[in-house]
Amino acid sequence: MKMYDGKYILAGLIVFIVLATFPVWFTHGKAAPPPELKLDTPVIAKMANKQCVLPKEEMITGHMKLLNDWRTQVVRDGKRMYVASDGKTYEMSLQNECMKCHSNKTLFCDKCHNYAGLQKDADPYCWNCHIAPKENK
Amino acid sequence: METGRRNFLKIGGLCTLGLGSLRLVDAIAKTEEPKFLLNVQALSAKRWAMAIDMKKCWEKGRPGCTDCTLACHSTHNVPDIGTQKEEIKWIWEEKYENVFPRQESGMEPEAIREKPFILLCNHCTNAPCTRVCPTKATFKRPDGITMMDFHRCIGCRYCMAACPYGARSFNFRDPRPFIKTELNTTFPTRERGVVEKCNFCEERLAAGKIPACVEACKCKALCFGDLEDPKSDVRKALASQFSIRRKPELGTEPGVYYVI
Repeated sequence: MKMYDGKYILAGLIVFIVLATFPVWFTHGKAAPPPELKLDTPVIAKMANKQCVLPKEEMITGHMKLLNDWRTQVVRDGKRMYVASDGKTYEMSLQNECMKCHSNKTLFCDKCHNYAGLQKDADPYCWNCHIAPKENK
Repeated sequence: METGRRNFLKIGGLCTLGLGSLRLVDAIAKTEEPKFLLNVQALSAKRWAMAIDMKKCWEKGRPGCTDCTLACHSTHNVPDIGTQKEEIKWIWEEKYENVFPRQESGMEPEAIREKPFILLCNHCTNAPCTRVCPTKATFKRPDGITMMDFHRCIGCRYCMAACPYGARSFNFRDPRPFIKTELNTTFPTRERGVVEKCNFCEERLAAGKIPACVEACKCKALCFGDLEDPKSDVRKALASQFSIRRKPELGTEPGVYYVI
């Protein structure tokens, strides 16, 4: 089989394949380490029993659903208090309750959201409206 | 495999029984649902309403007083964009002819024609904004407040077209850089593409406080309370003086009354 301009085509193909697969082989074996979340805020340090509204594992996988439910309860049903399974009562407010303890948004929320590749200001867009606590950097 | 009708019915019956018992198992195995409660200090009412005594405001208030507006706008992080087209307002001022169109005789005292009236969302009983909202982002609460769920608002501005009182404002741009009052860190701001308006301070009512404008008015021109409670401030103010509402011919049943 005769191939016209074979060397150009083959050279072009090789360049294309190298470029297209660049992200794969360039980062091969260099998995980004999972983020370490900082829980060393002043409020958490003072807590005797370091317990969030739900067990840690449930918070990791389900905090978005919890926040969604809280929003529905507060905004649509006017209910603002949440009774946790351990009997403690919390105000259902991201800005006024969650961030009281987790006052380190950049080292807590952002760490995972960035690692998971969630776009800034797009998803989750909590902070377009809710005011994040002031942090000393 | 062959089976008779009798066998088929037997198996069918067993299956039905089994499926039915699933619900029973569910009911028994059900864990306790999370509990959501009302705040204990929360103020509650059957129908929140406001009476604005303009006479008191004009006579007792110092000229050019904007205490109510300032209090509201700083409480709710309302931006000051600076242009009339993009103005964001929760509580604002307007002249008589614009406040009560078709109710003017043309022969009102000069004072009434020229003095500023205080306007805010009327929290109508038949709120047209809630009827047109395609996402139910704005809705009526059982206590009469016309509430906004900023999370759900898609910025279509149907509600702004529907509101006969101009009580709604649209965020044409990110409002954050334009918040000129001190930022209230306990209340969110809004983002671009969201409609906003007065919420009768529902977040303050939930904490047992009266609305910020009512609290800020030094001459007590604003009365707030339960319209269904004869002993409330609003009812007392309305029982002793003649009052009017904006555009009554529309049948929206506003919850804001004016004593002139």
